[in-house]
Order: sequence, then structure tokens, then C-alpha cells
Amino acid sequence: MTTAKTVAFTTSQLEEVRRLQGLYPDRRGALLPVLHMAQETFGWISLDVQEYVAGLFDLSPAHVHEVVTFYTLFHQAPTGRHVVAVCHNLSCHLAGAQDILAHLRRRLGVEVGETTADGRVTLQAVECLCACEAAPMAQVDDRYELNLTPDKVDRILEGLR
Amino acid sequence: MAETVLMRNFDRANSHTLAVYRGAGGYAAWDRARTMEPGAITEAVKASNLRGLGGAGFPTGMKWSFIPKSHTGPVYLVVNADEGEPGTFKDRYLLERDPHALIEGMLIAARAIRSALGFVYIRGEYVQPGRRFSAAVKEAYDAGLLGSGFDLVVHRGAGAYICGEETGLLSSLEGKKGWPKIKPPFPAIKGAFGQPTIVNNVETLCCVPPIVERGAAWFAGLGTKTQGGTRMYSVSGRVKRPGVYEAPVSITLRQLIERAGGVSGTGRLKGVVPGGGSAAILRADEIDVAMDVDGLKAAGSMIGSAGVVVMDESVSIPEALLVLARFYAHESCGQCTPCRESTGWIYKMVHRIVDGHGRKDDLDTILDVARRGGGTTICAFYDGAIGPYISYIEKFRDEFEGLCRS
Repeated sequence: MTTAKTVAFTTSQLEEVRRLQGLYPDRRGALLPVLHMAQETFGWISLDVQEYVAGLFDLSPAHVHEVVTFYTLFHQAPTGRHVVAVCHNLSCHLAGAQDILAHLRRRLGVEVGETTADGRVTLQAVECLCACEAAPMAQVDDRYELNLTPDKVDRILEGLR
Repeated sequence: MAETVLMRNFDRANSHTLAVYRGAGGYAAWDRARTMEPGAITEAVKASNLRGLGGAGFPTGMKWSFIPKSHTGPVYLVVNADEGEPGTFKDRYLLERDPHALIEGMLIAARAIRSALGFVYIRGEYVQPGRRFSAAVKEAYDAGLLGSGFDLVVHRGAGAYICGEETGLLSSLEGKKGWPKIKPPFPAIKGAFGQPTIVNNVETLCCVPPIVERGAAWFAGLGTKTQGGTRMYSVSGRVKRPGVYEAPVSITLRQLIERAGGVSGTGRLKGVVPGGGSAAILRADEIDVAMDVDGLKAAGSMIGSAGVVVMDESVSIPEALLVLARFYAHESCGQCTPCRESTGWIYKMVHRIVDGHGRKDDLDTILDVARRGGGTTICAFYDGAIGPYISYIEKFRDEFEGLCRS
């Protein structure tokens, strides 16, 4: 994703920000939800986005930066159009998560943490996603993909454009 | 087959909808509770011997009773749906398959603690469970169950294991990084946004409607002397039928593994994590233990979140510890020096051993570092990490030494 977009929410998004802020006894409780909105809108959370969001809350950009950098789901750099996050914690490890990761590295030609040259997929290895009954598993964008095999991984990759 | 309480609705088609939940008798407990004195609800939960099912096992009714009686300002009810303990997946099932049970449990709990506003903190990765739960919340608002005296906000986390710690969760809910807070004051005195707050796990609150409906004595009678009820055990790893199994808390670990089809792989058991990644490992000869809070404490481990991970004889215990050591090093929030430094150092040492470059005295160094940090930190995260560090090495030392060069 390039950063051609201007960093600003639309009028209706700003209404949503105010609605979210009103749900909490202190409006800054809405910071995580608004950062999720910002990521969905701008693709990732750049320093410019952090400064913009800080302004919506009368917070210092440093506070927002501290929050953004604390949580794994906030992207501080552009990602691919799809994010494939393979769980490599205990139950998935026992079910062969390393083989799934090796297969993905080979098929995508990237290492963990990298994005394919065509910008299609970012590969991650993540801690327990709490679907251990269906190990090995991965989160692909918003979905959980369960009981992975190399064949199933290939079918999933074909569906990612 | 034991009675199902928490999973009673799971097999019904569209169990997540209000119509089906109501059709199965849902919200009858709330109808009863709304005519009860708040104090009487708390007394019933106390008498039921319900203990928190998120990890700490604290008696739920007692927790509720800590809200100061003299307090006249707002009181908040916060649900910990930030499920993240390795090997645990029960709350995901409840959010997806019986979301109204949680809403009903919240309504009753909110009446007991006189709360008009609740938050459900759902881990950020649970997108589908979060959507499912939010849809149920909308139904409950449309039906007037919510919004007439009690409001509920669904809050999405953003990926941090430490936010499952109740004060880390509150920091996160307040729009900060999820650093745990120094206790006291405990959340019941000064919690979310500086107000008295009760933080309960999803499964814990789902126990509340059956307690109100069928009585505290019935619930207490399902369990042991010190813990009432059934609970949902997440069973994974090397078993033939991994999944979530509901059982009375008196079930033994051996019985539970049998219910999950027995050991897979070689078929011969090597070790079991009985209560999520942070629980001390048990050897194959230690599984005749009751799976309640006190049973596992007596066995030198903990029931925690009841995530059971089974390892057969072909599993490398040092590699399993490496996976967990990496996890703790990654998830340490960085606030307390002993935790931040030790988790990183121990990960490096275990890594070196698994890579074949370790020395036997590294094992003593790991044990020494692990023990020194215990009890020195703001929250229980590091104490949880110590469980695996020490137990894996003490119980399977030969296997670690076999990898060492000298």
C-alpha cells in the first residue's frame, strides 16, 4: 500500500469517533477502537496517522505512539494485501507448525515478517491464537484457518489475490 | 456422561440467537434475579462455591462482595474475553455458540454489584467471535434486555497476552498500553477509570444464570468441597480427539485424557500441561489428580485456565520449553525488570541448549534466574513463566542434559 491517501477521516467517520468516545467514562477509552478504524482506513498506522489520532483525543502523539507500538495487531509499516499469521505456540508446535511455516516460506519466497515482492502476502509467526483443538492453524486476515496441511495452505494461497 | 451446564446449548441449531436461547429457557434466571436483592445474588454465588475460571481461581461471590458498600458513584463490570493462555480455547466457544449466556450472566452480576455499565474486552484476533457476540448484544438491546438499567460495550483488544491480566486489561480499556497496575488498590476498590470494578472471565459469568435458576446447593454439589460446578477443559496436543470437554471439576486428568480419545502419536504419555502454558508440567505418573483448583495446587501445578496440552513420548521436552520461553520473552510487557530481563535471558539459554551449544550448568543458571525473580513483579505473569521453566527442567533434566555439550 502506498501512502497517497490524505490522513483524515470522513465526516461520517468523525461522527463514529465521537460516538465511540461517548461510550466510555473517559473518552480516551476509545483509543484502541479508533486506532482499529484508522488501520482499516489507511492500511497501516504511520507516524502521521498517530499524530492525527492523537489530535482527535487531545493526547500527545507520544502517548499514541506508545500504544501503537505495544500491540501486535497495529501495523507500523505497510503490509501486504493479506496477512497470514501462523500460530507457533505449544499445541500448534506439537502439530507441525514449523512444517507449515517452512512450506509458506518456500511457496511465498519470503521469510517470516516479510511481504512478497508483489505486495500480496505478509507472512507472520504469532503466539497462541487459542484454536489449539484444530492445530496447526493460522489467522488469514480476519479468518481462522484450521487443521492446516500443505495442500490446504496451497488452496488458501490461491484464494488470496 | 456428566451433566452439561455450560455447553448445554452448543448442539442446538442457531444457538447463538436470542430466539433459540429463549426457547431453551434462556433469560429465565435473569427474570428471577431482577426480583432478588443484590446482596442475595452475591450470597447465592458465594454459596455455590463458584471460583474464577480465567486462571486465578478466586471465589467469585467473595470478589463481588469487595465492592465498597458506601460507594455511591459508578461501578463497572468488565468481562475478560482476552483469551490467550496457550492451550486454552473455551471462551471462544462460549462467545460463538452461547453469547446470550454471557449477556445474561452479566445482567445478573451487574445487579449484584449495582453496575449500570459493562465492558466486554475481546481479544483483537477474535474477529468472528467478536462479531457473533456483538450481534447478540444488538439483539439484547432490541429486546430491551440491555439498555434498561444496564449498558454493555464490546471492546476489541489489539494483540497483547498481558491484557488477559486483569489490571493490564483495565489499562488497555482506558486507552493505554496494557501495563498491569500495582495492587492494592484492587480493582474492586479502584478499577476501570478509577471506579470500583469487577473483572470476571467469560466462562465464570456463564455459570451464573444456572446458579440462580437451579440453586447454589445444586451447583456446589456438582464439584468438590472447595469448588462448585463443572468447567470446560480445552484439550489439545497429542490426543486422538482434541476439543473442549465439560466435566465436573472433580474429574481426574487421566479420565479427561481418556475422554479425549487417549494419547495419540506413540500412544505412550510423556507429560501433560494441565492448566495452560503457565502451569507446571506433570509427568505420566502424576495424572491421577483431580482437575480442580486445590487438586492441582496440591500436585505442585495449577489448573489456571484449564488448557490441557498432552505430549506423547516422541515429543522433545526441551523444544516444548523453547516454544514457551520464546512466548514469555515476547509477551513480557517490559514494566518490571526481573521479568523483562529474565524472560529474555532464559529464552536465549534454552535456545542455546536446544541448538546443541549448551552446558549442563546452564540448566542450574536457568533454575537460579527463574527462582530469584519469583514474587518480585507487579503481576503474576513472571510467576506463571517460572512454572514451566522449573518443572520442565527438574522433571526432564536428563533430556536437557542429553543435548548439552559439556
